[in-house]
Amino acid sequence: MSKGFSKSSVGRKVLMALSGFFLISFLLLHFVINFLSVFDADLFNVASHFMGTNWIIQFIMQPVLLFGVLFHLIMGIYLELKNRAARPIKYAMNKPSENASWISRNMVITGVMVLLFLGLHFYDFWVPEIVDKFVDGIWDQPTKYFTHLVHKFEDPVRVGIYCLSFVFLGLHLLHGFQSAFQSAGFNHNKYTPLIKKLGNLFAIVISLGFIFIAVFHHFNSH
Amino acid sequence: MDLTLKVWRQKNKEDKGGIETYPIKGISEHASFLEMLDVLNEQLISEGKEPVAFDHDCREGICGTCSLYINGEAHGPDRKVTTCQLHMRMFKDGETVYIEPWRSKSMPVIKDLIVDRTAFERIQQAGGFISVNTSGNTQDANALPIAKPMADKAMDAATCIGCGACVATCKNSSAMLFVAAKVSQYSYLPQGQIERKERVLNMVEQMDKEGFGNCTNTGACEVECPKGISLEFIARMNKEYLGASIVSE
Ligand code: SF4
Ligand code: FES
Repeated sequence: MSKGFSKSSVGRKVLMALSGFFLISFLLLHFVINFLSVFDADLFNVASHFMGTNWIIQFIMQPVLLFGVLFHLIMGIYLELKNRAARPIKYAMNKPSENASWISRNMVITGVMVLLFLGLHFYDFWVPEIVDKFVDGIWDQPTKYFTHLVHKFEDPVRVGIYCLSFVFLGLHLLHGFQSAFQSAGFNHNKYTPLIKKLGNLFAIVISLGFIFIAVFHHFNSH
Repeated sequence: MDLTLKVWRQKNKEDKGGIETYPIKGISEHASFLEMLDVLNEQLISEGKEPVAFDHDCREGICGTCSLYINGEAHGPDRKVTTCQLHMRMFKDGETVYIEPWRSKSMPVIKDLIVDRTAFERIQQAGGFISVNTSGNTQDANALPIAKPMADKAMDAATCIGCGACVATCKNSSAMLFVAAKVSQYSYLPQGQIERKERVLNMVEQMDKEGFGNCTNTGACEVECPKGISLEFIARMNKEYLGASIVSE
């Protein structure tokens, strides 16, 4: 790899895409496991326990994931700041909506909203899990996951914040999914329209799916 | 038709500049946008004022010199046309029309509506060419067979006239559509293969040095480009760059 790659505009774009792909695949896995909770509490517990105690996932995948999230976030914000600096004098009259969608122009907004949500989400689920395992040293609680999940979704305000955040996540994915392919250098007459459709489907399924899970547990716990 | 023009006036590079308002009357809807500006300049000269400086040359959409940001869009509200090909019938009688220069740190205003586009030239000099011996023993072009689809793609990319509308319209002030077109045009052709890797590496390096922003795939450039250069070429440049980076020392 040439030395300048990660410092170049194109290189960074490719890296944003690769971290995006990684986060997309993680989201899919996260979604599938969560979806289990809707119809089988035991199965959800088994899957969560596996994810929470398997050492490859805990000590290799988890740090990689954290790095991926941080990289995507820091690089995204850094590039946004650089891009703003590339036009110090703004137009007196500008019509950006004539040639590009709101979603594609505001990835930093939807991204930061997802980031804020991640703060709450980590506080809700990740921190207690880490405390259990690494502070209290309790690794073997194979049935705690479902109870914890349902308990968290009792609060309607929290459910509301989660649902709103999933909408932002969906908007981010609507542009991000297909954009990642373009950035990675893949644009094909035949397949790009398909990728765009798949991206839209993915964004809708992931956001509505997560919303459904949150709302489902909220009403089921009452 | 009668219009109210809001035109960016700026004496020189150092001047702060600002918008001036000029009413203009009796413009034919068949006139081109630049002809309308000619009328405005006649009017300003007869009033003893300094005419508005703007770039133009061929006035038929092939040289890429004209470059105005009209009513919030590069080359105005029409599609796939340069400013010189824009007609006044695209505007309504009585309309207020904003006329501004391209805005980008890498293309600073020199005077009024004229910007310095030498950044594009420096990018071209970094690799937007092929090296051939022109001593008189050059090979006949037809001796090199090129598949029609490849030739077509190369031509599609080569239609870029270097106007800079892509930079002007991009929310990030990114020059990737221009550079992608210039990188891609040779990548399809046998003549472009020898310098293929250095070309993309050097041109991207120069683009970054010039301070253009980073592409986020909004697609605005493709919509506003007078030649309809496709985003497909940006993907191609990314791929070329990735490939060249992996194999280069
Ligand atoms: S890509 Fe299009 S908009 Fe950009 S410089 Fe070339 S012709 Fe102009
Ligand atoms: S003046 Fe040559 S393209 Fe407009």
